[in-house]
This record gives sequence, structure tokens and C-alpha cells, in this order.
Amino acid sequence: MNPYEELLLRHCQNSGELMVLTAENRGHLRTVPPFLGDRFIDVGIAEQTMIGMAAGMAMRGRTVVTHALAAFITMRSYEFIRDDVGIPNASVIMVGMVPGVLSDGNGPTHQAIEDVAIMRGIPNIGVFCPCDIDEFVEGMDYLITDGRPYYVRYIGMPASFVHTEPFIPGVAEVLHTSDAAESDVTILTYGYMCRIAHAVIPLLEAKDIRVRLVNMRTLKPVDERRIIEELQQSQVVVTLEDHLSTGGLFSIVAEVLLRNHPEHHARVLPIALSSWFKPGRLQEVLAHEGLDPIAIAARIETYITTHVQEHGAHE
Amino acid sequence: MNVVDTQTLERTARNVREHILRMSTNGGAFTGASLSCADILVYLYSQYLRISPAMVDDEYRDILLLSKGHDVPALYGVFAELGYIDPARLQHHLSTNDSIYWHPNRDIPGVEFHSGSLGHLLSVGIGMAIDARMKGLPTRVVVIVGDGELNEGSMWEGALTAAALKVDNLIMVVDRNGFQANMRTEELIPLEPLEDKFRSFGWFVHQADGHDFDDLDQTFKALMTNQGKPNVVIAITQRGKGVPSISERADRWFCDFSLHEVMELIDELNGKSTAELTSETLVVR
Repeated sequence: MNPYEELLLRHCQNSGELMVLTAENRGHLRTVPPFLGDRFIDVGIAEQTMIGMAAGMAMRGRTVVTHALAAFITMRSYEFIRDDVGIPNASVIMVGMVPGVLSDGNGPTHQAIEDVAIMRGIPNIGVFCPCDIDEFVEGMDYLITDGRPYYVRYIGMPASFVHTEPFIPGVAEVLHTSDAAESDVTILTYGYMCRIAHAVIPLLEAKDIRVRLVNMRTLKPVDERRIIEELQQSQVVVTLEDHLSTGGLFSIVAEVLLRNHPEHHARVLPIALSSWFKPGRLQEVLAHEGLDPIAIAARIETYITTHVQEHGAHE
Repeated sequence: MNVVDTQTLERTARNVREHILRMSTNGGAFTGASLSCADILVYLYSQYLRISPAMVDDEYRDILLLSKGHDVPALYGVFAELGYIDPARLQHHLSTNDSIYWHPNRDIPGVEFHSGSLGHLLSVGIGMAIDARMKGLPTRVVVIVGDGELNEGSMWEGALTAAALKVDNLIMVVDRNGFQANMRTEELIPLEPLEDKFRSFGWFVHQADGHDFDDLDQTFKALMTNQGKPNVVIAITQRGKGVPSISERADRWFCDFSLHEVMELIDELNGKSTAELTSETLVVR
């Protein structure tokens, strides 16, 4: 049983109310169904029906974890999520498999690269983008207990670093600081891209560029205070995401900036997808889209050289 | 059953229709679709459902979901007549000082779930019915759908799932008034043979005269013993039922009458003179 399954089983044992529904997406839920008994329902390839059913169960006092591919749970059933989960603020958590670049070889139909944009657009619904299975489990523990509706970008990969800060929605996690006093670059990122950003750090530090790395954890609510602090303390803020540049973290940072208009702030470099990515094995996708550590480090270095060292930061 | 005699049901239904007509002015309402399901709602709330104004939060209550939400004047008319809401509130129709607008919402006591977008509440009803079954509750979930609403793919997705999950405490009622927004269903997206469709999807299928209280009673009583499959009642109805000058008319679905016309239509409902209607027809929303 994987940690996700253990989490679901633990919560079903602890509470008489949790339900687990899937639209026949059992990739990471192969072992647990018999242990969950009637608390697990596979509705077949019917994402809209799954969300409607979950909303009905939530109205009767249950918390429901729904599970399907990220592209389908968010987009096939979008209006059901908006109407039946968002409007009544129903206790439904929507877990999307293989979001962003993780759909690797599936092709554009399976690429959830606008999911953050559309899900955060629904009032009442939060967005949680864990970077590894440890953070996923810790965050889900919190969200299932809390009972508010959330969209969660699933990731089953093992952690590549230890999380030292407890999960709280709307509180980002600083994963690395080269220099406590000042930074040349802050990388704001989330989900799978955290581990890529982590690999970017030594490449930048080798060039004497001081880096901070921030894992946003939830994009809604978002840690505005952290974003403003980084905008004020760094020369360059990079938003790194396996999502379209519209509506995701770059847009969020732009919104925060306009809302708070700090007098002195960093230049912002968005690194994101501009359209559907070329499908293939994950590492090849990253290389093709310029999202591998070497390409990202090179872009950041070039940006600093051309925008900051020549012209100075925004004042 | 038969806690209320047919005469009382008919009197309640007449009053509900008057409420519907009174809501069809000053901004208007979906009059035709409301009149077609008025008798069904009167029957269910008066005779069939284990529900009352005192039971709206009772765990053991039955649940009615209005998936074709645009016929909410019929539902609110029933609520006003049976004591769920103060009838005076219906005068607040479309006022932002109250929550009585063109589709149902849970700010009104007795409304179990909001609707408006078609094709949603079958799946919501499946979820509620399964929840009740798991808790060992006697709850029956009745979902009122329009025949035009059966154009939505989610209805058939839900029909497959309900059969697969053997949700036998679920009853779908199709208000088969033969019309969708602008024309007859059979002229746009033909549904017939509708009974065969549901039967082939694995449902118990029943047909009733949606304006005949005795027939409704016999039909709903008969399905209470059914087990292992969901139930559908295809209720044959008439759009604009009870008010001949607007019944069976494609152009009298959404109506925004003058106050004078409303008064004449109420006279017509009471079997007096026929209304002379001059207001705009077919205000498509």
C-alpha cells in the first residue's frame, strides 16, 4: 500500500464520514479499495457524475476525496465543480493525477497545464500543489480534517528534501537560502518543479549568484506576505511552474504586486509553459521545454546579466 | 398514504398555479414549465414524501431535488401552500432583498440543493441516496427532471452509474410535457421511445398521468417495493396545464405578463373568461 492509500485508509478508519470516489483511475489506488469497502466507489469513466455524487454526499455531512486524472477532473467536470462544490462550499477534495509535465507521454489531451488558473477562479475552492509524497500526505491530512473544498495536484514521488515547516494553507516554505541577509534571485515555485529548482541552486551558486528557493505549497490561499518580502529583498524573482504562464503563479505574483504596490521591488522573470508541451519521457520533455536545471540556470543567469547588472533593479 | 383527499390536493394545486401566475410578471418566470409539474410537486409533498416544514433538517426526511430548476415557481408555490415559507415572500420574486429568483437555492427552507444548470441533480441525488443507504436510513431521493433536460449527456452518464450502483432508493421523475425551451422535444432531439431507453439502461420504468392524483398515487405506491434498480416515473404532463390560453404553446415558456393579464389568467384558471394576451411571446432566456 502506498502512502496515499495508507492516508485514505487511516482517515476512513478514524472517521465514519470519509468517502473515496474515483472515475476509474486506480493507478495509485490499486491496493486500498477492498480495505475501504463501501467507502470506496468507482463510478466508471464519469467525472461529472463523480463530482455531483461527491457534492450530494458532502451535503449529507461527509467529506469526499475524489480522484481522477488532473486534466479530466478539472476540465471535464469543471461546471460540476463550480456549481455543485463551489457554490455550496461542499466538503469535496479533488485530487488530480499527473498534473503539469507529469502527464509526460500522454499528449495535449492529458496535459493539465491550466488547472491552477481555472480552479483558483472558483470562489471557495483552494489549490494545493505538493512537491512530493510527504508534503502531499501531510497536506491531505490537514485538508481532510479541515473539510474545505480543495483541488490538489497529486504527486507520488518520494521527497528529495526534508520538510521542516509544518503544512499550513497560505504559508509558503523556504527550502533554501544562500545568504540570510540578501538574495540575488528568489525562485518561487510549486509541485514537481520544486525538485528541479533545487537542482538549479548549485548551478547558480557556482556563479556567485545568491539564491532563495520558496515552495509556495498552496496557490490559493497564497502566501502574499512571503511574495512581497521576496519581491523586496531580491533583485530578481523567478516564477517557475509547469503550467501556462497565464493564470498560474506568475499571474498570482502580478496580482499581488499590483494590489500591494511596494515602492522597491524585484524584476520578475516568468518561466512557464506557453502552450501544450511536446509529449515524451519526462526528462526529455523538460529538456525540450527548457525546464531542466541547466536551461533554467542559464536563463536566470542571462536575465541577471542583461536586466539587473546593466540596468539595475526596478526602483 | 392518502393522508389528504383528492379534493384537497386539487385545491392546493389550483392555489399553486395562482402563485405561479402571480410570479409571471414584473420580470417574469418560466410559467409553462412550472404549470406542467405543479400537480406532481403537490402530490409528492402532500402525499408521498416523508417531509414537512418541521422536518426540513430531520435526518430521516425524504429528499426532493428540482433538477429542472427553472420551474421553481411551482416548488415555491407548494412551499407557500404547505407552510414551508410565508406566502407573502412570493411577492419578493426577483427582489434582491430576498432570495426568490428564477432558480432554487438553499436560502429557502425546504430546498435541498440549488440548481439552474441542467443535468446536475441526478448525480447529486445518487450521492445522497447512497449516503442514506450506507447509514441505514429510510430516505428516498426524488429527482425531478425535465424532458428537454434529457438532452444533457450527464443525465445518461448518471443513469448508467445509478443502475450500476443499484441505487434503488432513488426515483427520477421526468416531467414529460413534450416541450423544451423553444419547440417540441420530438422536433429537436427526439426522446422516444423513452421508456425503452431507461429500461435498457437498467431502470424500473413507470408511466403516469402527471395531472391525475389517483394515477400518481398508484404509480408511486407501486414502486415502493422495487428493489435492486433505480426507478423512473415518466409523468405525462401538459406545458401550461390549467390555463388553456397558454398551454401546449412553444411561445409561452418564459412569460412576463402585465398585471392585467395575470388577473385575466387567474380568472381563466378559475374557469371564468378566457384571457386576452397581448404581451410579447417567447421571451427566450
